[in-house]
Amino acid sequence: MDLEFVRPLLDWHAIAPEVVLTGVLLVVLTLDLVDGERFRPLMPTIAGIGLLATLIPLLTLALDGTTRELFGGAYVVDDFALVLKALFVIVGYVVVLLSVDYIRDGDYYENEYYTLLLSSLLGMVIMGSSRDLVTMFIALELLSIPAYMLAAWRKGGWRSNEAGMKYYLMGVFATAVMLYGMSFVFGVGGSTVFTDIAEAMSGPETTALITVGILFTIVGFAFKVSAVPFHTWAPDTYEGAPTPVTAFLSVGSKAAGFVALLQLVFVAFAGREDVIEPLFWILSAVTMTVGNLIALRQTNVVRMLAYSSVAQGGFMLAPFAVAGAPGQLAVESVVIYLIIYAFMNLGAFAVVLAVARKTRSGDIASYGGLINYAPGMAAAMTVFLFALAGIPPLAGWFAKFAVFRAVIDAGTVAGYTLGVLIAVNSVIALVYYANVAKEMWFNPVPDGDETPIPVTGSLGFAIGLTALATVVFGIVPGVIGHFSEISVLASPL
Amino acid sequence: MEATGFDAWLLSLIVFLPALGALVMLVIPGRREEVHKLIALVASAAALGLTIYLLTIYDYDAGGGLQFVVDESWIDVINSRYIVGVDGLSLPLLALSTAIIPLCVIYSWNHVPEPGNAKAFLVLMLILSTGMNGTFMAQDLILFFVFFEIVLLPMYFMIGVWGGENSKYASIKFFLFTLFGSALMILSFLALFFLVESPETGEALRTFDMRQLTDVAGAGLSRAAALWIFAGMFIGFGIKVPIFPFHTWLPDAHTEAPTVGSVILAAILLKLGTYGFVRIAIPMLPEAAEEWAPWIGLLAVIGIIYGALACLAQTDMKRLIAFSSVAHMGFVMLGIATLTSFGINAAVFGMVAHGLITGMLFFVAGSVKERYHTLEIAQLGGILKQAPRLGWILGLAAMASLGLPGLAGFWGEFPAILASYNPAEGLPVETFRTYMVIAAIGTVFAAGYLLWLYQRTAFGEPTDRFAGEKINDVVPTEWIAWTPMLIGIVALGIYPNLIFKITDDTVSSIATEVAAAVGG
Repeated sequence: MDLEFVRPLLDWHAIAPEVVLTGVLLVVLTLDLVDGERFRPLMPTIAGIGLLATLIPLLTLALDGTTRELFGGAYVVDDFALVLKALFVIVGYVVVLLSVDYIRDGDYYENEYYTLLLSSLLGMVIMGSSRDLVTMFIALELLSIPAYMLAAWRKGGWRSNEAGMKYYLMGVFATAVMLYGMSFVFGVGGSTVFTDIAEAMSGPETTALITVGILFTIVGFAFKVSAVPFHTWAPDTYEGAPTPVTAFLSVGSKAAGFVALLQLVFVAFAGREDVIEPLFWILSAVTMTVGNLIALRQTNVVRMLAYSSVAQGGFMLAPFAVAGAPGQLAVESVVIYLIIYAFMNLGAFAVVLAVARKTRSGDIASYGGLINYAPGMAAAMTVFLFALAGIPPLAGWFAKFAVFRAVIDAGTVAGYTLGVLIAVNSVIALVYYANVAKEMWFNPVPDGDETPIPVTGSLGFAIGLTALATVVFGIVPGVIGHFSEISVLASPL
Repeated sequence: MEATGFDAWLLSLIVFLPALGALVMLVIPGRREEVHKLIALVASAAALGLTIYLLTIYDYDAGGGLQFVVDESWIDVINSRYIVGVDGLSLPLLALSTAIIPLCVIYSWNHVPEPGNAKAFLVLMLILSTGMNGTFMAQDLILFFVFFEIVLLPMYFMIGVWGGENSKYASIKFFLFTLFGSALMILSFLALFFLVESPETGEALRTFDMRQLTDVAGAGLSRAAALWIFAGMFIGFGIKVPIFPFHTWLPDAHTEAPTVGSVILAAILLKLGTYGFVRIAIPMLPEAAEEWAPWIGLLAVIGIIYGALACLAQTDMKRLIAFSSVAHMGFVMLGIATLTSFGINAAVFGMVAHGLITGMLFFVAGSVKERYHTLEIAQLGGILKQAPRLGWILGLAAMASLGLPGLAGFWGEFPAILASYNPAEGLPVETFRTYMVIAAIGTVFAAGYLLWLYQRTAFGEPTDRFAGEKINDVVPTEWIAWTPMLIGIVALGIYPNLIFKITDDTVSSIATEVAAAVGG
């Protein structure tokens, strides 16, 4: 046997976004080493510009339009990957905007913060392309490990330490379960590349080995997307972590989990709907219902958003429950949901950050009378909340609509019942979103303090950007529909 | 008939001019209230002006098909298009909707309710206007859905911020009820999209185009599927109407809403539901409609009697008017349930008449509240002595509401009752004749509670509490806002053909198609 190492042929254009992002990461790291104090104020700027620069190769790749496969199909750059990579990079950019003042004004390590943020983003960008168990695992670890540290970034506060610790322990546990599952999958498939696995696994009969392999692998990611009953870390971590990190986790990290699930379910396990569909039906139904019901009782806005994001995850899991439907609408609907969710949720967190700069509180009651002294902020928050609730003409309606469309298209009883369940849950969700709106619009200012909120440029820009996206995507949803019309994951066999 | 040139822009302008006005107002600081009032008035009046122009150039002899149709791409990825158009069914409701908003703006000129903030109040009103106008002309299910939903947020805030003591509860109740209905409605729309087949090729149509879906009338649906889909729409539209037993949000919302909010709610928002039945549910699923019709009729007459009895038990004037809405919308639904041209014509007339009359009653109630600071019927009395003109206007509106011949209310109720003597072929005749009798008894109740209301509030001497007080009579802004409505009530009462002439062709073609689908 010839064991000589053959250097794989690299398509530099295909991995250009990753290369640029790594470059930015190294620049930030090096500047920190050379003279951390002097370069400190520049860090967010460098990170932000670096992220915008990463969009350039993504754009050239999109214009080029060809699907590129590297490493024997383990790393694929196609429309699906590009759309999601762009989403991750934009999410990263908005998170940097949210972080600038928060991290500078608090007692935080600043340079390292951006280094870790960029590392985690790199992991997400890689996740978009990984069609192979090992690549996917590496991407997952690269995005998770910095996130564990970021969650504990408020080093003085025990809540933040608890947040990081909980996230870390749960994450590691989930990873272990997932690896165990992957080993089964590898055992059956004889390969780590998804297309090969799909070929080996899709037979007329399912075996216990296959079922357990799929189950464990999915459970690993179910932790990542905080699906019930694997969600218990999320509220504590979200509440304890610095708020920009919470925004990052609830949008970026969750999206990465969903991207992984999409690739696993629709490429690797493509023939195994008999296992996938009931599993996800239950996950989705339980996640949205439990998330919603607990969110109803929250009095802290971040915890409310945490449970709301659990519930939103349930909506996103629904299309997986009809993975076998011939219409191929499931992938599209999840991607649409991820894009819209990213903007509206980041926006909501941006307002939470801005309001907390004045009130120093996360209580929903502290939003009382916001419309009187910060009308712009209250209006923006109203937009985000009702977008999350799915009220037209704000973007959220189209996300929900896409999910409805996917489950109804299946034409099965399971699909219809899930549709009705989503409908009922949307109504429940309105109660807690409207509750915050009620505080802002109907109630008096709690302590009578009507001094305006000091909004900084970057935070204001982030709010404006996300609000604009939320409104525009709602009125002309075709804009996103265009991006999400991706056939990539369709039928790899 | 596709529109060209300026005509192609006409409908879109009617929808989006108010929204444009709202946008302009958003960038102007809220301190300059007069400017905001002026912009709101100009934007809403422009929409009304264009609608009047539309009424003059609309071809009344074209057989009731859609006119001024615009069909542009909107959300390609889901095959939903921006299709708008008007026919005899939409036109009267569109006219009503565009007419009410400027009148409400005028009424609000000196009556911005507590806690003030004219800018936000008027912006919400204009957004409402966009949603309502759009609903009445949308010819694509998703477009219809979006416009239908746009009204939720502004109305929620209008009730919640400017409403009475219990407004927080009332506003969220309104929002939750309607949202629940619309979530089921959108599921039904999607099921239509995926399941309805083209009769020629047998393939799924996969369209949201309401014209096409009406043409094929539910072809390819199994009986069970059609019944379920109709059930989803029934809940969606029924909550909005509201049909008994989904009506419980209405008295709360009406009672707590500011005057203008109540007027818009009663005059236009409720019609979105009944319009949905006539425009979407019945023509697209005629066979399911036929099976559902007796049940709709039953709920309608229950609503008539229940609403009337509830009215008799009310001590609050506004709440009484709100329950009278439940009863009146029962007549509208009964007319629709007959599935006959006669009944549906009556229903459309009833929608417009109820809009004008109940809108008027809420205006008067608002002005009474402003003068007496209470709507407790027991506290009021002798309005005719203290403010005779206000008293007479209340009298006229109450007479119209109880269905006095010669005023608009009569032509909505009487033909609806008559139509149920002879419902569409295939419907159980005895059942509908029973409904007829019950509904007729309902009109007696209506006379009872309205006359009783009038007697207690307007006749006699003012109660001790207000005995010595000077009460202002109707002021100029009220005259300007009310006169068109009063003229409308009288004119439609004397010459009902103003509406029937417009609606008849369209409604007949709907009824004929239903009959054909059910028979064949």
